[in-house]
Amino acid sequence: MTVAENTTENNVRSALREGAVVPPSSRGERFTGYDVEAFEVPTGREEIWRFTPMKRLRGLHQGGDAVVPTGKVTLSVDAPPEVTVETVGREDERLGQAGAPGDRVAAQAYSSFTEATIVSVGAETTLSRPAVITVTGPGKDLLAYGHLQIRLAPYAQASLVLDHRGSGTYADNVEFITGEGARLTVVSVQDWDDDAVHVSEHHLQLGKDSTVKHTVVTLGGDLVRLSPTARFAAPGGDVELLGLYFADAGQHQEHRLFVDHAQPHCKSHVTYKGALQGEGAHSVWIGDVLIRSAAEGTDTYELNRNLLLTDSARADSVPNLEIETGEIEGAGHASATGRFDDEQLFYLQSRGIDEATARRLVVRGFFFEILNRIDVPELRQRLEAEIDEELQAIGH
Amino acid sequence: MATLEIKDLHASVTTDEGTKEILKGVNLTVRSGEVHAIMGPNGSGKSTLSYAIAGHPKYEVTSGEVLLDGENVLEMSVDERARAGLFLAMQYPVEVPGVSMSNFLRSAATAVRGEAPKLREWVKEVREEMAKLDIPSEFAERSVNEGFSGGEKKRHEILQLALLKPKIAVLDETDSGLDVDALRVVSRAVNEFTAGNDAGVMLITHYTRILKHIKPDVVHVFADGRIAESGGTELADELEEHGYVKYVGKAEAAAL
Repeated sequence: MTVAENTTENNVRSALREGAVVPPSSRGERFTGYDVEAFEVPTGREEIWRFTPMKRLRGLHQGGDAVVPTGKVTLSVDAPPEVTVETVGREDERLGQAGAPGDRVAAQAYSSFTEATIVSVGAETTLSRPAVITVTGPGKDLLAYGHLQIRLAPYAQASLVLDHRGSGTYADNVEFITGEGARLTVVSVQDWDDDAVHVSEHHLQLGKDSTVKHTVVTLGGDLVRLSPTARFAAPGGDVELLGLYFADAGQHQEHRLFVDHAQPHCKSHVTYKGALQGEGAHSVWIGDVLIRSAAEGTDTYELNRNLLLTDSARADSVPNLEIETGEIEGAGHASATGRFDDEQLFYLQSRGIDEATARRLVVRGFFFEILNRIDVPELRQRLEAEIDEELQAIGH
Repeated sequence: MATLEIKDLHASVTTDEGTKEILKGVNLTVRSGEVHAIMGPNGSGKSTLSYAIAGHPKYEVTSGEVLLDGENVLEMSVDERARAGLFLAMQYPVEVPGVSMSNFLRSAATAVRGEAPKLREWVKEVREEMAKLDIPSEFAERSVNEGFSGGEKKRHEILQLALLKPKIAVLDETDSGLDVDALRVVSRAVNEFTAGNDAGVMLITHYTRILKHIKPDVVHVFADGRIAESGGTELADELEEHGYVKYVGKAEAAAL
């Protein structure tokens, strides 16, 4: 009970912030656009890039020869018959409806993809089983772009798994558009090989009274930078953003969330939890929540917790809450980063449980509230097994 | 038949202010079938003794020996000590979020017994022991100690004692924070454990009240890092009346 909630100066630059960080300008004023040329080439000093190791982006942010695609991802959909899967060209006017890219790499992906996949579920249709979309990377040293859109018509209900595997460099945008009263559950798994670089923006647009549970699980890759943005098209939306990440030696895992409350009576609830171990393991969590003046009755809470399993890992955690109206239900955030709690380890070991098992129990327990909410049992079991494997990689 | 021998045990703790010796030569032998009450004023080192026996990393044993049936306990890891037959009921049990009590108990029993208990028998065994301690069954699915009241935590420590059946149990201020009813329930479970198992108990306490429920064979007064005096229950009666003044030079009651 001694250290789990403490921050450690050496490892955590900004882990525990008491008050909301005031950004230089409103989050709502940040530039977005579909055209990559409308964005300046970032230097790495910009607020939205300052945590990202730019050299490891393989030039994705720079333009020129580096951004010419050299490969393709393989996208396969295993879905029940209620689902419609289309491959469409850039001209399809449904594309881009959920929002414009918010950084140069996302815009590069938007400007570069040649075909997009639209997965849709009709009105008042409930999927008989989860749809699984597997994206396999272009392969080592190859670059690909992608665009995927998930559409739920009014009162549709769907559970979806987006499973990323393989190697190479991949930049993409994923849109999630839900109609009135629709309910979407999605789990995006980044289970890349060690060499992979993945930069992705998820654009969520919720219709009136619709509910989205969006879960991100990032385990693999050399660098993963995933930016989920949630917007409400009408009142009454409810979004839950959950995340689980496990950064090993040398891995950079960055999750940048933005919830834009511009409609009244919407809810957002964010819970991201990460474990880190090994030299150079680095996680970044940015949680931006903007409650605009029109968004009366908003209820929002965001939480990020990080568990440092070894001394050499580093977690950055920055919650930002901007509130433009006082007429809200609630708004809060919490962030805590701590070392592995030796008291927990001692307690479990004092009951005969060996150290490796005790560590596994504690880490599983740490992730339990996320894993427990993944309602695809096969996926949950697979992820539990993968987390156990990650733990075995600790040098003990 | 088990024997725990503590010989001239010295232990210290390192804090920001430096290293401080807390145990200053403890000698004690506990055999199975015996209940030893270790009574001492605040800050005398009673809890340190229990942690040193269990192997808490914060306390460094600087000299002396702890032997369980002749085996050197101090060379064992924390979990090895437990598997060898030592148990510590902690004064402040630790919360482990996300790990259910049932998963924890089964993991512990599997480790201590050397094999996973058969599921059906295990469920029955846990249910019976929980009932004896008046622990509602829903606690099995709650996270280990998380959000438990002080009394609920202590009951669960004794639940673990009953399930893990150690050779030597150290109960560190198990009575603190228990109301009269809870003290009775917990004491009954401890008495049942000692009656049904060939085990020895070190009952660490500040107050005499638990000794009305659990009869010690030997009473030790612990002061300034060592055992200052040993005797029978008459020693507890004396403490009840006069407190620890004789040992610490100032008034400190041993009775509520």
